[in-house]
Amino acid sequence: MGIDSLIGGTIWDEYSNKVTDLMNNPQNMGEITEEQAKEMGAKLIVADFGAESCGDAVRLYWAVDPNTDEILLSKFKSFGCGTAIASSDTMAELCKGKTVDEAVKITNIDVEMAMRDDENTPAVPPQKMHCSVMAYDVIKKAAAQYKGVDMESFEEEVIVCECARVTLSTLQEVIRLNDLTTVEQITDYTKAGAFCKSCIRPGGHEEKDVYLVDLLEEYEKEKMAASASLGNESGSAVDFAKMTIVQKIKAVDKVVDDNIRQMLIMDGGDMEILDIKENGANFDIYIRYLGACNGCASSSTGTLFAIENILKEKLDENIRVLPI
Amino acid sequence: MNVYLDNNATTIVDPQVFAEMEPYFVQKYGNPNSLHAFASDTHPGIKTAMEKIYAGINASTKDSVVITSCATESNNWVLKSVYFEYILTGKKNHIIISEVEHPSIIATAKWIESMGCRVTYLPINAEGIVEAQTVRDNITDKTALVSIMWANNETGAIFPVEEIGDICEEHGVLFHTDAVQAIGKLPVSVQSFNVDYLTFSAHKFHGPKGVGALFMKKGKELMPLLHGGSQMGGYRSGTLNVAGIVGMGKAIEAAVDALDFEMTEIREMRDDFEDELLKIEDTFVVTPRSKRTPNTILISFRGIEGESMLWDLNRAGIGASTGSACASEDLEANSVMEAIGAAEDLAHTAIRFSLSRYTTEEELEYTLKVVQAAVVRLRGISSSYAYAPEGHESGLDSHHH
Repeated sequence: MGIDSLIGGTIWDEYSNKVTDLMNNPQNMGEITEEQAKEMGAKLIVADFGAESCGDAVRLYWAVDPNTDEILLSKFKSFGCGTAIASSDTMAELCKGKTVDEAVKITNIDVEMAMRDDENTPAVPPQKMHCSVMAYDVIKKAAAQYKGVDMESFEEEVIVCECARVTLSTLQEVIRLNDLTTVEQITDYTKAGAFCKSCIRPGGHEEKDVYLVDLLEEYEKEKMAASASLGNESGSAVDFAKMTIVQKIKAVDKVVDDNIRQMLIMDGGDMEILDIKENGANFDIYIRYLGACNGCASSSTGTLFAIENILKEKLDENIRVLPI
Repeated sequence: MNVYLDNNATTIVDPQVFAEMEPYFVQKYGNPNSLHAFASDTHPGIKTAMEKIYAGINASTKDSVVITSCATESNNWVLKSVYFEYILTGKKNHIIISEVEHPSIIATAKWIESMGCRVTYLPINAEGIVEAQTVRDNITDKTALVSIMWANNETGAIFPVEEIGDICEEHGVLFHTDAVQAIGKLPVSVQSFNVDYLTFSAHKFHGPKGVGALFMKKGKELMPLLHGGSQMGGYRSGTLNVAGIVGMGKAIEAAVDALDFEMTEIREMRDDFEDELLKIEDTFVVTPRSKRTPNTILISFRGIEGESMLWDLNRAGIGASTGSACASEDLEANSVMEAIGAAEDLAHTAIRFSLSRYTTEEELEYTLKVVQAAVVRLRGISSSYAYAPEGHESGLDSHHH
């Protein structure tokens, strides 16, 4: 929040002068006909992306030299808002003189950067970034058509946020490394979700295969599964027996922390775990009482049974607790 | 030339209205509740204005017309107080609104829904109108409130509020109408049909911004939304916006005086302008003229995205409006556009021109020329009209992503 978000403004205020100029006078707007391409000795490629019913659509025309794969001429037609037209125009400009393979490497970020007045000020407001994504998608469609391959073959990685070009693997890694739990955190760390917001959750401007909320949920489930395997709830008996000694100590520690220690502290006491030994079918856990527990009558009867029962219930039936 | 054709968004303040308001800033600035002449100096002006406001909607002096800060406050008040008095107490568990209400109704209804109340969102028909029968079909004995706007802001479509009022009365259900787009465009008389609550706002009829009102029928008064110093009979606390009230009074008087002009002259200008616009190929309007407020045109220009059209209009000094998602802050298409236009691409290509009694023939002639030129330029850019070689299978017809 703050003063800027309180007043709001018009999205047009945030368009760069270049965007405004291109909207007023697009430079590469137009068509290439079959005849024109033939005269140039070039192959005509016509690629479509988007749909009027979605609010933006672009048709890209390329005249490509079949010997060198060079894009000799590049023109566009676009249904869309000012930024869609300016982005399409910039995209068509960037294609000119490149080979098809080079053109495929143009990203939406290149398109957006090319429309900036100065390198530190975005050319369009965040929610308009997706317009440049369409400009980049249509290039791949055209290249796929020229090469007779599938459009997806140009995408090496799954991109979740197309505006900021953040990949699925990057997001998964950043979420885990930093223990992220909210969309806002993801945006702070990666910029994903900062622009058109379609990738945050279903129902946005564009439909996606994976959303940021899905990734958070996936990580949340993973964490829950991990803590469950550390000795909570179902199926833990088998798991506890299979744990290494370090895992066993950690699991016992966790149960003591979560379920037992509070009870002891309320009575002015505490306990520590000294060792765990396998004794036939049993797991013998050696503990030492601290504070008020030490010497308390209940520490060898009621309290001890309570500790043992909790550990049995949470971890393994065969646990025995032995105070030293 | 500058032409303002966005009068459903807000209007120019009538200079007479402004003149009446002026003394209340530096001369008669007292707090009306105080005990001195500075205060009592404001009383005659407030009283006259309140009488004009009552007369403007033909309210009985026994009814309450409470001045608020805007229509959004009035709408919030009705829905939230109904929630507190009828839903939260367990007496009822249902309210009915339409899909095309103003955001101040829809967002408030969604909040009430999140608190556990059932909300029915009535659809509109092919003409963009909520049919009274759909209200009847959805009322249950648990329905507390029906809230349906009188006229729609985007299309100008007039909804059958009198019929809906009858249905509500028959079922003992409270009826509220958001009449923001009706005052000054249609005759409004709260004594002529069954209505319990009615919202309106001064800046839509050449009054100042920041002053609205809520009519509450005698015996149907709601608990206050704003508690405090018991101004407005305790229904709406907060120091009176004296200049605003005075302005609203003058504005509604002038609007009602101009109603005949609006319903004949403006309607004729609107119709002629619309005829000319429809001569442009591949254009259409949804709601028939006879079922619209006299000042509104919502027209689709095929192949031209709404924001692009606004861009070209703005460059020529013309202010209009679009419901296109691309022109909004969050890229969400507005609810009316989605409800009436998704199938016909209207959602992205509709432009709204809304006239007022200040609109002139010359302005509309100029606007027509600008629109014609913009259509040529923007369709020249548009992929919808673009060349494709023989045998090219267009990829632009289907939904992407």
